[in-house]
Amino acid sequence: MYTHTSDLLVIGAGLAGERVAVESALAGFDVVCLSIVPARRSHSSAAQGGMQAAIGNCAMGEGDNTDVHFMDTVKGSDWGCDQEVARMFADTAPIEMRRLAHWGVPWNRVVPGKSFYFKGGEKFEKFEKPEKEGLITARSFGGTAKWRTCYTSDGTGHAVMCTMDNKCAELGITVLDRKEAISLIHDGEKCMGAVVRCLRTGKLEVYLAKATAICTGGYGRLYSATTNAVICDGAGNAIAQETGVVPIGNPESIQFHPTGIVPTDILVTEGCRGDGGTLLDVNEERFMHIYEPEKAELASRDVVARRMTEHMRAGHGVKSAYGEHLWLDIRHLGDKHISTKLREVDEICKNFLGVDARTQLIPVRPTQHYTMSGIRTDKTGAAYGLKGLYSAGESACWDMHGFNRLGGNSLAETVVAGGIIGKCIVEYLHGTETTYSTAVINAEVKRQQQRIDDLIAGRLGKENVYKVRAEMQEALMTGCFVFRNEKDLLTCIETLQGIYERSGRIGLVSNGLGANHEVAAALKLRGQVRLALGIAAGALARKESRGSHNREDFPARDDKNWLSRTLAYWPENADMPVLKYEDATPHFEIPPGDRGYGGGTIIQADPETIAAKTIKR
Amino acid sequence: MGRTLKFDIFRYNPEEPASQPRMQAFTLDETENMTLFIALNRLREEQDPGLIFDFCCRAGICGSCGMVVNGRPRLACQTKTKDLPETITLLPLPVFKLIGDLSVDTGVWFREMYQKTESWIHTTKEFDHTKEEERMDNAVAEQIYELERCVECGCCIAACGTARMRDDFLGAAALNRVARFVVDPRDQRTDKEYFEIIGNDYGIFGCMGLLACEDICPKNLPLQNQLGFLRRKMGITAIKQFLGK
Ligand SMILES: Cc1cc2nc3c(=O)[nH]c(=O)nc-3n(C[C@H](O)[C@H](O)[C@H](O)COP(=O)(O)OP(=O)(O)OC[C@H]3O[C@@H](n4cnc5c(N)ncnc54)[C@H](O)[C@@H]3O)c2cc1C
Ligand code: SF4
Ligand code: SF4
Ligand code: FES
Repeated sequence: MYTHTSDLLVIGAGLAGERVAVESALAGFDVVCLSIVPARRSHSSAAQGGMQAAIGNCAMGEGDNTDVHFMDTVKGSDWGCDQEVARMFADTAPIEMRRLAHWGVPWNRVVPGKSFYFKGGEKFEKFEKPEKEGLITARSFGGTAKWRTCYTSDGTGHAVMCTMDNKCAELGITVLDRKEAISLIHDGEKCMGAVVRCLRTGKLEVYLAKATAICTGGYGRLYSATTNAVICDGAGNAIAQETGVVPIGNPESIQFHPTGIVPTDILVTEGCRGDGGTLLDVNEERFMHIYEPEKAELASRDVVARRMTEHMRAGHGVKSAYGEHLWLDIRHLGDKHISTKLREVDEICKNFLGVDARTQLIPVRPTQHYTMSGIRTDKTGAAYGLKGLYSAGESACWDMHGFNRLGGNSLAETVVAGGIIGKCIVEYLHGTETTYSTAVINAEVKRQQQRIDDLIAGRLGKENVYKVRAEMQEALMTGCFVFRNEKDLLTCIETLQGIYERSGRIGLVSNGLGANHEVAAALKLRGQVRLALGIAAGALARKESRGSHNREDFPARDDKNWLSRTLAYWPENADMPVLKYEDATPHFEIPPGDRGYGGGTIIQADPETIAAKTIKR
Repeated sequence: MGRTLKFDIFRYNPEEPASQPRMQAFTLDETENMTLFIALNRLREEQDPGLIFDFCCRAGICGSCGMVVNGRPRLACQTKTKDLPETITLLPLPVFKLIGDLSVDTGVWFREMYQKTESWIHTTKEFDHTKEEERMDNAVAEQIYELERCVECGCCIAACGTARMRDDFLGAAALNRVARFVVDPRDQRTDKEYFEIIGNDYGIFGCMGLLACEDICPKNLPLQNQLGFLRRKMGITAIKQFLGK
């Protein structure tokens, strides 16, 4: 058995994972990062828009500061976030963006003088100050009071990922690709590392470490329609939950985006609608204005996704080989606008649909986009329940996003949280010596090898992994998507319970040798269904609507009863998650109030309780 | 529409003792807007779960899915079947180590390249978090970004005659990487230091200038310009060194 020992094991080499690794390496610790794909192919590189940080250099960002960023983040979360964490995040973000500039990110910079921009289809003029020339500039994003999104052309994630990965190479950090963690090695109290399947040979390996950080990104692939990469499958979260002692925070908190293209659910930007694009139904008629007379297509992400779903449910969707969808129409914006301002949309339409957006309609539907939910950690990034286990980035519920994540805040989170949590891990490593129990390691390896052998031999049954997985994805799509209600959630849970049972009876069709994908899919399926059950059970229990969580039967935001965070545990041999709750935040800097968008009623919390928890800074 | 596609796919699993390199035929009904991502996943899920290939973003941005499609290296996820004839031949990229069927090891190749080219900013300056960032001209930032758009798919390497002949040839992607740091004012390396990395036959002087790399690059990187730029710069550096300057 190949066994590797280090101070820190980082599972996941996206932006969050590599940022954590850099911090430990700078402190002289020995780190290894594992990833399914070469680090730069991690989903972080797909982000185009940018990263939020209140630097305030550009004209439209003038007067911005970390307090405003903090306030936007708390409102965005619909008061579901941990305000202490949101504060740390907003305060640290500008420093991290500057650090990235020092390390090599080619941020776009302030160009002095007069220029134009568009808002709601109208043209405006702005003037950039000469004394700001060459400083990091920013662009506009939804849900923010100021232009705060730092960017590099249309490839922010890619550029930052390149720089971070270069930094890892410079520091000599071991980054290994085609290595998939399939379980954690622990004794119920302390995490000792992970059992890993090599995706080149199919063989099992052991990685031991004093500290382990799970940075495996989001889990959009639990849904069949998602903007996420195919590797965003939740395996990292699943192996943490499987320990029985580590909970998933706010499992019901999943974000949906209105315009994924059909069939592949690749994202086309909100800018299409921002610039005047419209949504059409099967009769090629507009419908958003019927539901939202004031804002129509320009209502917020969650609202548009809700209305589109309603309209399709009412029988106005376009039928296709890939299910129902609606149309996005940007034809009237004209050639010049499409080939300049919407260059990326133009290319996506051409490359993936063979559609010319100047003359043809774009097939779109709401699609899963982001997981606010994740491994619950405290503010130092330490996972609840297991000593020596940490998590950062989209896989974590560190919880600065609460029930809705603002655009540009997640990419920024990866490096900000990575830096902060990286430092906390360094502190932990300084104060820790450890011993590894060979009995625990051997038992875990044996258990995993047994699972693989059973799958290959078909000892458990004959269920087809791809079929069962597709049924899980469909169950969430129908029962726990943009809209949730008691009836559909109950059906969803019942279906998922049946699927969970079948996920224990998978038998392979192929021989399972080498870099076999069927084995990989089968090994993680059971954990995925557990996560899916967590989403549905959490959504059923939460009898209110907050951020992305919309209960048709409980449309109000209920601060009186639900200013809380769900914790979903999976005890050994359970067949349903056990839900516990904790306060959403230890204190309020901004007491719960109206977001200023999205509408809806609020059931007020007890004012005395709120007052007692409110602090002044 | 309504076509039945015939796929001829290279099969070989090095981890399977009985496996022999061979071509295998599959058929699949074409659906609207089908890409090779959709087609290959359907083949794996419905016909042969042992089929090995790589996708990640499936949106043309990560570079995972380079393969030879009807003779041409390209990204499979952004290849639409309707642009291809009824018979589609799929082979793994040459030059890289084969993992199985259509999957090759670009990860290790590119990580070695980072070490060879020292693919990071070389500077003696320390980061000071209490200070404003150092200024940069926006045009320079954009120029750096244009060179950094490489997704490391390996298509240019697979298409390159020199790379196929010599294992140690750095290839267009690596030379482009060096160019990215040459134009970056933050990197303090001198021409002489760059010369030590690429001023030889496995670097810039090994390139035959046949353009295959630029033709094939799915990100349309200006590889020829960069190769020309480095060749001139390194040529001058070589002369200077020869003259003892
Ligand atoms: C299309 C799209 C556009 C986006 N645009 C923006 C934007 O403009 N601004 C913004 O702020 N956010 C954006 N986001 C969100 C943002 O990109 C992600 O939240 C963020 O990049 C997540 O980074 P991460 O480091 O947590 O994880 P990732 O970058 O997803 O990395 C996960 C890593 O874990 C590895 N891994 C996974 N499972 C295992 C396992 N079992 N064993 C070993 N390794 C494993 C993977 O290989 C990978 O290296 C966008 C998201 C999408 C989908
Ligand atoms: S121009 Fe040079 S690098 Fe490009 S394919 Fe030809 S020999 Fe290779
Ligand atoms: S230069 Fe182009 S073809 Fe070569 S690896 Fe980069 S993206 Fe691929
Ligand atoms: S899968 Fe990412 S480029 Fe094809």
